[in-house]
Amino acid sequence: MTQIYQTAYEAIRDVIKDDMLIHAGGFGLCGIPENLISAIAKSGAKNLTIVSNNCGVDDFGLGILLQNGQIKKMISSYVGENKLFEQKYLDGSLELELNPQGTLAERIRAGGAGIPAFYTKTGVGTMVADGKEVKEFDGQKYIMERGIFADLAIIKGDKADKFGNVIYNKTARNFNPMMATAAKITICEVEEIVEIGKLDPDNIHTPAIFIHRLVQGKNYEKRIEKVTNRHPAACT
Amino acid sequence: MAWTNDEMCRIAADMEIRDGLFVNLGIGMPTNIPNYIPTHIKVCFQSENGMLGMGPFPYPGEEDADLINAGKQTITSLPESSFFDSASSFAMIRGGHVDLTILGALEVSHNGDLANWAVPGKMIKGMGGAMDLVANIKRVVVLMSHNSKDGSPKLVDKCSLPLTGAGVVDRVITELGVFDIRDNKMYLVKKPNDVSFEEIVNKSSAQVVDNVG
Repeated sequence: MTQIYQTAYEAIRDVIKDDMLIHAGGFGLCGIPENLISAIAKSGAKNLTIVSNNCGVDDFGLGILLQNGQIKKMISSYVGENKLFEQKYLDGSLELELNPQGTLAERIRAGGAGIPAFYTKTGVGTMVADGKEVKEFDGQKYIMERGIFADLAIIKGDKADKFGNVIYNKTARNFNPMMATAAKITICEVEEIVEIGKLDPDNIHTPAIFIHRLVQGKNYEKRIEKVTNRHPAACT
Repeated sequence: MAWTNDEMCRIAADMEIRDGLFVNLGIGMPTNIPNYIPTHIKVCFQSENGMLGMGPFPYPGEEDADLINAGKQTITSLPESSFFDSASSFAMIRGGHVDLTILGALEVSHNGDLANWAVPGKMIKGMGGAMDLVANIKRVVVLMSHNSKDGSPKLVDKCSLPLTGAGVVDRVITELGVFDIRDNKMYLVKKPNDVSFEEIVNKSSAQVVDNVG
């Protein structure tokens, strides 16, 4: 059953190890497990392979672990927002496996759902198909992709109840729910832990069975990558 | 004179946006298209990071860090909006439920190949959702500049850059014209009044056929 911890570092301390395969939730800087990322930084664990849609920005999110030299390999769909990443990749000090975003999302979902492999049209005719089995169904080619089950998942929710049921907020949801299901140990940080019975059973996004460890996060920065506005029409 | 970026967006809105469509817009220039859709036409924008019914950008001071689009820009929601996870989002895309995608490109070939995610040795940002979009959405429209900054053509006979998708593009809109792709050729269907067909051909390496009215 879900165990509640007082700090992110306590939640991670006895399970984080070098060489681990880790799912990290978030899309850009939206919905990232800020406290758990800091806890991994503090632990000094290295040679990590991290599955995450992006790698934060240079000085925030997963970019912190990159700066610390803790990451050996990223499995991501887009790393363009991180200059250090591009540099380390082009000079060979960082391994990168690029997956189309939909394929990445489905690989994680499949990993947690006991589906070892699936077929997708995405990437047929491109470099993504290299080295992979291609099969035809109904006259159309599809690439076989494998599910990913990790050693550890660090995810961010909005609220959880003390039983471990989790709900997410708006587009901060993204990869977190699939990652919750697809690791030996899932640690979830949330902005608020509430009493059992306060969340509506019909509206639970991640049932408690997937959440092994739960912690209420502190001091969320929730940085916005691209503040973009419309402006009220000018008055003449 | 060649069309401006605003004119290109207005043309894209006029020619592609129909009442009732579910549309995904790529980052960059396509995100301006909603500004040119007449108010009586109702379309629904899907954002691949997990939202249907994307609203406009927020007024200053009303930004929500938990509410962004696929380009990581702050947005707002609408009364009809819904939120879901990334696997559900791409199930929507891969399962053929989105009608149209309009996105940018580095190269488009006259058989409809699209390259827009990598320049080997120089730029390796990643493909994001682009490969899923172009492989699985029925109608794919590219909105881009006609030539690169160094003047090289982007409408090509064969893509030299890593492909995003093979044979996927239906139409290309640049500042010099609107090009429909079929039978391994690009058919020019619309152009700015005082741009000549010769100029368009000289600035492209793809096979272009004059099909303007």
